[in-house]
Amino acid sequence: MTKQALLALALAGGALSLQAQHRPAAKPKAGTDLATSLTRGAVVYKNVCITCHQADGGGVPNMNPPLIKTEYVLGDKTRLVHIVLAGLAEPIEINGDDYKQHMPAQGYLTDQQVADVLTYVRNNFGNKASAVQVAEVQAVRATLPK
Amino acid sequence: MKLLSSRLLLAAPVLAGSLALFAGQTNVTVAPDPDNAGLKLPAGFGALKVAETGGKARHLAVTPQGVVYVKLSKLLNGKGILELRSQPNGKATVTNSFGDYSGTGMYEKNGYLYASSDHAVFRYKLDAKGEVTNPTAPELLVRGLKVGSQHESKSIVLDNADNLYVNIGAYANACQEQDRTRGSKGIPNCPILDSAAGIWQFKADKLNQRYPDGTRYATGLRNVVGLDWNSQDNELFVMQHGRDQLHDNWPELYTDQQSAQLPAECLYAIKKGDNAGWPYLYYDPQQKKKMLGPEYGGDGKKEATGNYIDPAAAYPAHLAPNGLLFYTGSMFPAKYRNGAFIAFHGSWNRAPEPQAGYYVVFQPFKDGKPSGQWEVFADNFSGSAEKTASGRADHRPCGLAQGPDGSLYVSDDSKGTIYRIVYNAKK
Repeated sequence: MTKQALLALALAGGALSLQAQHRPAAKPKAGTDLATSLTRGAVVYKNVCITCHQADGGGVPNMNPPLIKTEYVLGDKTRLVHIVLAGLAEPIEINGDDYKQHMPAQGYLTDQQVADVLTYVRNNFGNKASAVQVAEVQAVRATLPK
Repeated sequence: MKLLSSRLLLAAPVLAGSLALFAGQTNVTVAPDPDNAGLKLPAGFGALKVAETGGKARHLAVTPQGVVYVKLSKLLNGKGILELRSQPNGKATVTNSFGDYSGTGMYEKNGYLYASSDHAVFRYKLDAKGEVTNPTAPELLVRGLKVGSQHESKSIVLDNADNLYVNIGAYANACQEQDRTRGSKGIPNCPILDSAAGIWQFKADKLNQRYPDGTRYATGLRNVVGLDWNSQDNELFVMQHGRDQLHDNWPELYTDQQSAQLPAECLYAIKKGDNAGWPYLYYDPQQKKKMLGPEYGGDGKKEATGNYIDPAAAYPAHLAPNGLLFYTGSMFPAKYRNGAFIAFHGSWNRAPEPQAGYYVVFQPFKDGKPSGQWEVFADNFSGSAEKTASGRADHRPCGLAQGPDGSLYVSDDSKGTIYRIVYNAKK
């Protein structure tokens, strides 16, 4: 009951924040270069993610999950983008430890910012995975309730 | 060999006991670890690692017979409460485990052991040896308490009149329309307050109580993990976990640095009906003022208005006070008597600034009120200054309990180490 309500709240929240966005399309030419994307992604990480996921990407025990070599980060990019845009309102388990704090939706970030920060996360903290493209973020955003 | 070792075991406490007598102490037979369990302590104190339980050891209680009970926030081999028995040198082994629920609360009073899950409170009858008589069939005192996905701990304490006090933490940071979301406003007349974000009072000996059977004793408390009854002036004291993410959610109003230093973690003296003001306000330790929260129109400069209590004492932000204990023993020097120990679990909400905490603080008291500056009493649970700054602490102090001899027990919910701090014990 509580979980459902919270999920509904999170979804509604995502929709609300999306409604408030009339974001211009990502700037042309941006994000084509991996190094540039990583540099910009580091800035987004510091401004948005670092409090919960920490400077070393290790998260906070019992609360905020680590971003180090987890399936959530290295696996399906669509799921990963969805978590950033719409949040995550259910507890998850990583290596036997539970992480309960909800991830707030970050739908106010531009597609470029989401692509940059996820590219950064997927290539930091010991991670090595393909970059996230703006088009991949756009595709996920298009599936979210408006 | 067996004979020799048992003789040595016998000799050690006798020797320590006689030394302790010379030092004017009694009952001090425990032997601190050569490195004082890795802790930094004031002169004259020693510490030992009583046991390495491997569990997420939250609060703990010690019976008058010296049996230690530890509540786990994650089941260990299917059990949520550990029973430990000590040898004369202080080292203990887990002698039993029971309870098929995880949680935080653990408290002993008048022959009963009280324990909480994240939505209920139970009690067990203790016998003359301090052993639980009904490990598989506890009495269910309270059930149906609200729990979300944050601030789940139902910390518990009793007064001296058979009342049970239960913390029900707010399942939110600041009662925003969208929790922890940038720019999201606070909900007017925060609906969380009717069933959480406060301390509820129930009867300590009545079964199957639910919300209507209890009283909202105090409200406007975001989350309390450490609480204790001060018998000196018959009053409840609580340590609140202050709100998070002033910068993350309101970057135009607060810098990273301000967010790391605001708000204070506050000690409150609670009278029935008190309101500490969450989510509408937070306490600024520099200005020494109650400030209107940005979710409710605050800007870091506007003070809150309304009938809200002031903290009795304030501590650095985000240190996460998880244990509070009024020291009533006679082992420690006189200055500690009736003062408060506070276990600060350590911060996470200071990034990108360095993390802090991971220590046990002593707050002097006089006539039932905080009196004088607090000091760090037991430090270095983290293992090093670098581990404190990064937040990657080896151990995180959580629960506090006083042993029958006046020892101070500290639990660690990271690795499950149980510490015991003693005064003037000889090595």
